[in-house]
Amino acid sequence: MTPHLLDLGDTALTLEFGDRIDLALSMQVMAARDALPPLPGITDLVPSYRSLTVHFDPSLLPRDILAEHLLCAAKAAPQKSALATRWLIPALFDAECGPDLSQVATATGRSQEAVIEALCNTELHVFLIGFLPGFPYLGELPEWLRLPRLATPRTQVPANSVAIAGAQAAVYPWESPGGWHLLGRTPVRLFDLAEADQPALFAPGDRVRFTSISATEFARISTAVNAGELGRGAFRAP
Amino acid sequence: MIEILTCNGPATVQDLGRPGYRHLGVPLSGALDPNLLRLANALANNPPDAAAIELRLVGPQLRTDTPILVALAGGMSGRIESEDGQVRPAAAWSSHQLQKGDTLSLGAIGGGVAYLAVSGGIEVPRVLGSRATYARARMGGLEGRQLGNGDRLIVGADNTARRELRLPTALYPPPLDDSPLRVLPGPQQDCFTAEAWSIFLGEEFTVSREADRMGLRLNGPRLEHLSSKGADIVSDAVTPGAIQIPADGRPIILLADCQTVGGYPKIATVISADLPRLAHALPGSHLRFNAVTLAEAQTARIAAASMLEAMIQSLVPASVELDLTALYQANLIDGVIHEN
Repeated sequence: MTPHLLDLGDTALTLEFGDRIDLALSMQVMAARDALPPLPGITDLVPSYRSLTVHFDPSLLPRDILAEHLLCAAKAAPQKSALATRWLIPALFDAECGPDLSQVATATGRSQEAVIEALCNTELHVFLIGFLPGFPYLGELPEWLRLPRLATPRTQVPANSVAIAGAQAAVYPWESPGGWHLLGRTPVRLFDLAEADQPALFAPGDRVRFTSISATEFARISTAVNAGELGRGAFRAP
Repeated sequence: MIEILTCNGPATVQDLGRPGYRHLGVPLSGALDPNLLRLANALANNPPDAAAIELRLVGPQLRTDTPILVALAGGMSGRIESEDGQVRPAAAWSSHQLQKGDTLSLGAIGGGVAYLAVSGGIEVPRVLGSRATYARARMGGLEGRQLGNGDRLIVGADNTARRELRLPTALYPPPLDDSPLRVLPGPQQDCFTAEAWSIFLGEEFTVSREADRMGLRLNGPRLEHLSSKGADIVSDAVTPGAIQIPADGRPIILLADCQTVGGYPKIATVISADLPRLAHALPGSHLRFNAVTLAEAQTARIAAASMLEAMIQSLVPASVELDLTALYQANLIDGVIHEN
């Protein structure tokens, strides 16, 4: 599929690269986002798995001018985004924080330790942020770890739960309903209004790895995060 | 400070929304009818983006402990009672000076939303640049939620010596009309059968009871997806006005609090000039759609903006003369909207 434009009403324009979940497509989306100049009249730049949507004010930025810039940005070569950050996110994987851990182990025919190890050994790409403020869609999981969503979604998933579904992983920034398999919980805040410039911890294009911690470490990090003693910088990968 | 004695209907603090954070999953939010909000703010001598109270169904009863100007925009009317028991009417499309201890009581809201602005604006903290309430993530507004009985709202500074204004009767917004909503096809029009497209443009839909600030679910004929495409797409960005068609074929029109991305194909998108009309599509209202071109959408947007600007420019001091016709018309229009 060649990159093409789709009008989403008269105040948004989507540059579409494809129709599937694919890391190569996502890298093209990020490259186009980085290549698009900061034109006056652009209000939001929203990358998704396979496209980049620009929300704009047509009284400040004519649609056709934006279209030219987008088609030009579409030619940008996918490369490691300068805006991408690598994160190392501690999480407690146990029966309380990860109520689906044993069921996932059974369904995949592996041990719980092997499931946790596989998740932690996969460097995950942030495809997009959506569903809820700060909710990251991470991927992709090893083939054998891909399970369909729960037949009946939970009405309440605790905030900070680490979860998987299909080829995706995610962290719930808020308590909310959800149909993903819960494997653990992180003490790190995924969305923090105190960080006014960048309230969501992750941005599309970032790379995320989980690391397994003990209950004692979870408590220590939680306390430090809540006391404001442990900033986000502490969770950047070295 | 104003105190909400009884809230009566769903009410939230809203401004012109929270752009710039949709890549982080933060919805736009803000007034469902930004034109009415702008008009309310103009009547209250406020800048256009000041925060006001968005009212639905029935307006509140509230009391002020300081002199303020309140402005009413939308299909409603009310009365003001002073501490010593004197009562006077409070018509819509006007602002009214309240003295310390005055109580304002508003009645039923005609149409989907109306706005109550106060001089100085509602002074809740800005969250990510906006005071708009996004209740799903408990963000903005008063504690991130709908207003309730007994809530107290701080009013912005410089709230005295403002003058009462009103909109001349001749410029009152026309009653809500039932002309088709104008849409641009797509972005996933190609997911649907030709028959679905002609049903979409040819038939009438009804707003169901599943209607809130996130969107309106419609009843009516089902719109079939092409079997080769199915009802699920890999999620891409959505926007207020986008019309999603999930597997059951019932359209969902997204509104201000909609999520930033979605996995249902969008058959069409309501043009920005017609978005405020969606704010008034109450359950049971009938909707039709009409496809337009991008050029027509742009012309309509400019026309809508000039019409609003003309209304704001034409505001006159309320004190010029007692405009009995305006009061009469306000009630009349209220009545007309109720019949819809």
